[in-house]
Amino acid sequence: MAITADHIRDKLTKELAAVHVDVEDTSPNRCAASYKVLVVSSQFEGKSLLQRHRLVNTCLAEELKEIHAFEQKTLTPEQWEKQKAQ
Amino acid sequence: MNSLIRNTARCLRSGAAVYIPRQADGRVWTSSARFLCAAADIQKALGDIVQKDKVVVFMKGTPAQPMCGFSNAVVQILRMHGVDDYASYNVLEDSELREGVKAFSNWPTIPQVYFSGEFVGGCDILLQMHQNGDMVEELKKLGISSSLLEAEKESK
Repeated sequence: MAITADHIRDKLTKELAAVHVDVEDTSPNRCAASYKVLVVSSQFEGKSLLQRHRLVNTCLAEELKEIHAFEQKTLTPEQWEKQKAQ
Repeated sequence: MNSLIRNTARCLRSGAAVYIPRQADGRVWTSSARFLCAAADIQKALGDIVQKDKVVVFMKGTPAQPMCGFSNAVVQILRMHGVDDYASYNVLEDSELREGVKAFSNWPTIPQVYFSGEFVGGCDILLQMHQNGDMVEELKKLGISSSLLEAEKESK
């Protein structure tokens, strides 16, 4: 499976019904495949940071086996709007 | 304080590990101490390890010399809150520990932080907890008074 930013973006959007997904390939900064993602989904409502991150981890379980470093930010649509307004 | 976060973030982006002078010594997972070889034994050992100390960190390198930007960020955040006495385990010393802790926590990356035997998260989560004030609260629950709280009181 070729892991690409697009692949990750599509998977997150589909499985988490995300309204917005940013995927940044941070591999050039490191020695191996690394990604930084921002996921905005109403599925995160009422969930703790840990629960949200686990949702994302589960969604990308296969990919994470091959990814070396992974950063993520998880927001609800409301938090996302607030952040954009800042 | 914010400049430290920015600097750490810059280190993360550049992928550089920053040498920080010795603060927390931490308990070290030495090969001689590890007499278990089987994967199941490691799981059980990890179960004991995370219960043994209030704050436990699995990281790359040591608090005195982190070997990864994300692990360094965790060390710095804990240091900013005055948490110097914690158990830290260097996964670079032991590949079975490295894989074992990922299976144990069901978490794909290092560093990993435990408070009172409960998995808290990795660098992202700790950073957000630090920024939104949750870190001070969580440390309070552990009976640890964050030094940032003291600093805040003094500045008022």
